[in-house]
Amino acid sequence: MAEVLTGSHFVHGDWACAEGAIVAGCRFYAAYPITPATEIAERLAQRLPRVGGKFIQFEDELGAMASVIGASYAGQKAMTATSGPGISLMLENIGLAVMTEAPCVIVNVMRSGPSTGQPTAGAQGDVMQCRWGTHGDIEIIALAPQSVQEMFDLTIHAFNLSERYRIPVFLMADANIGHLYESLKIPETDRINIVDRRKPTAAKGEYRPFSAGEDLVPPMACFGDGYHFYATGLTHNERGYPDMSVEAQDRLIRRLCDKIRRDTTRIEMVEEHFTDDCNVLVVAYGITARSALSAVKRAREGGIKAGLLRLITLWPFPDARIEELTRCCVGVVVAEMNYGQLVREVERAAMRRVEFVPKLGENPHQPEEILAAIRRAGK
Amino acid sequence: MTDQRRAKYCVRVNEAYCKGCGYCIEFCPKKVFDRKVELNAKGVNSPVFARPDDCIGCGQCNLLCPDLAIKIEEVEPDG
Amino acid sequence: MSPLNHPHSKSLRVDQLPHIWCQGCGLGIVLHAYADALEETGLDLDKVATISGIGCAGRASGYVNTDAFHTTHGRALPFATGVGISRPEIKPVVISGDGDLFSIGGNHLIHAARRNVDVLVICSNNFNYGMTGAQFGPTTPSETKTPTSPYGNIENPFNLVALVTSAGATMVSRWTVMHPNQLKRSIKRGLTKKGFSFIEVITPCTTGYGRLNKMSPLDMMKSLKKTGKIRKVLPIEAICDPATEIILGDFVDIEKPTYNEVFESLTHRAGVAL
Repeated sequence: MAEVLTGSHFVHGDWACAEGAIVAGCRFYAAYPITPATEIAERLAQRLPRVGGKFIQFEDELGAMASVIGASYAGQKAMTATSGPGISLMLENIGLAVMTEAPCVIVNVMRSGPSTGQPTAGAQGDVMQCRWGTHGDIEIIALAPQSVQEMFDLTIHAFNLSERYRIPVFLMADANIGHLYESLKIPETDRINIVDRRKPTAAKGEYRPFSAGEDLVPPMACFGDGYHFYATGLTHNERGYPDMSVEAQDRLIRRLCDKIRRDTTRIEMVEEHFTDDCNVLVVAYGITARSALSAVKRAREGGIKAGLLRLITLWPFPDARIEELTRCCVGVVVAEMNYGQLVREVERAAMRRVEFVPKLGENPHQPEEILAAIRRAGK
Repeated sequence: MTDQRRAKYCVRVNEAYCKGCGYCIEFCPKKVFDRKVELNAKGVNSPVFARPDDCIGCGQCNLLCPDLAIKIEEVEPDG
Repeated sequence: MSPLNHPHSKSLRVDQLPHIWCQGCGLGIVLHAYADALEETGLDLDKVATISGIGCAGRASGYVNTDAFHTTHGRALPFATGVGISRPEIKPVVISGDGDLFSIGGNHLIHAARRNVDVLVICSNNFNYGMTGAQFGPTTPSETKTPTSPYGNIENPFNLVALVTSAGATMVSRWTVMHPNQLKRSIKRGLTKKGFSFIEVITPCTTGYGRLNKMSPLDMMKSLKKTGKIRKVLPIEAICDPATEIILGDFVDIEKPTYNEVFESLTHRAGVAL
């Protein structure tokens, strides 16, 4: 079987994610089975040994995440996939990945929570968790696919971003997308852009593992390269050694956050429909955006100038674009498969209250529900 | 007789590292160390290699030093 | 003696010395034995990764001149597994304490042993949680009074040698820091042997456990010399009671295919290996 399965397929989202990882160069996967992400593990258990990679089913998610960081530091592109309860377990090590700037991809195929919740029911209830779940001041990147094709494409993009910024990148798929069957087109390898982490050019004795240039991202040596470097989850200086001074904390945290904050215009991705002249803006992501687009089109047919802003990056959150688009809007609608998470960010960026359409339980929004909200918001 | 008692080893104690635990003093089979009476700049009564002639170079002081403060060198015999 | 001509300038980050450990702490002796072993085995230090968890023992990786990583509490072994199975040519060595490896890390410990991941684990057992102030841990003798067991430790301690053996480790030894030559020998064996190798080192915690038991650093070391008995017994019989008897020795040294070796053979058999 080839590494890249170029061609047309009819598969579910989890399968597409696994294949996207292979194409991106992922050669280490560790996870613990959990509905609805288990299929990613099963696909990679089969595929990774065939492409020179390693798959390991860990005893729990804490270990899985720790081993992903180990493999990343050993030079591999590494990934894990889980659902909300697993992310909860992984949070401490996600912080370690941020602190040690370990490139890695974390897939959350979101199910209804909190706690054990409804394991087979899709939801969008973990979107704040990925941003704020681990303790301390951090930045991460999170992507939200809305189709099986995007499960493939955005997994590759997630790896590229993680390598570029030396940061964990989340793929936040609702379970509806994870288990949805749709067409997937896998292109020729030479048409796929792959980014690898920047390696150091410094001589072995001169390498400073956490010393960065203009872009605030340090080049990354890996174990076995001969650099004999040290990394710790403690606050550290550029040489990697623990440093408990005020200056070290200030310098390090600012750099870890600013490497993302200063580059948001390059990282943020949105998709817009009918926003040129809209006076009611709908903001949605994942599978909800599909219902929202349908609602926006019907609103337009009914004479309401509705527009859709689909968030592809959930984090960094596109504050500027939302502020710009909502400035001239009569109303704003946010639809999420939860009881109010990213809506708070929209309200903050738009500096106004919005019409919120929650959805709890496994069914995505009906377009009518969002259309009704558009009508209310447009008054 | 003096030839047999000529020091064969020189044990150096690095006072920058020594925390004064006294293991070298206590566990030396030949009791070659004394403890300095005065405190050094670190506030430690560090060991002093007081009886070089008795040292048999067993290396216990080096192995048991938690501070990696001990270096044992062989002394070149005089020509 | 300047850092430049320190005897361990090859295997240790001598610019980071003196270390942070307390006066008389056994961890310095463990570090020393590890440094000696690294140099004497002649291993390519580019291909060794020293990994540690949280706690006083966890600071050890910061002093070793190999690629090194200080993980979150209890997670050194999964990190090491990620390194070792993705890069089989790198030998991971985990240096950590009894709490990090057997309390919060206990689950990972037994599974790493069960998998026979190729890793050497050096466990410093000082019978308490030193860094946070001498609370009781999974190896603290019963009835010991500690800050979190003010009326006496209600719990029973693990026999680490028996536990790790039953989990599947292929090399299991126990020494104290009063047995540095044997310790170094076992470390050398673990560095060069393939499989899950475990060395328990009984170390004095002079400001924690020692102070609680009104023992000076020297008292503790003399006690180790007195209670440490080298015997050939079964792991389950290897008593570890700092008040009476601590059985020492090499308890297990067997050959068994490692995780990576089994991966290779199964994928070859299935016809999918590259």
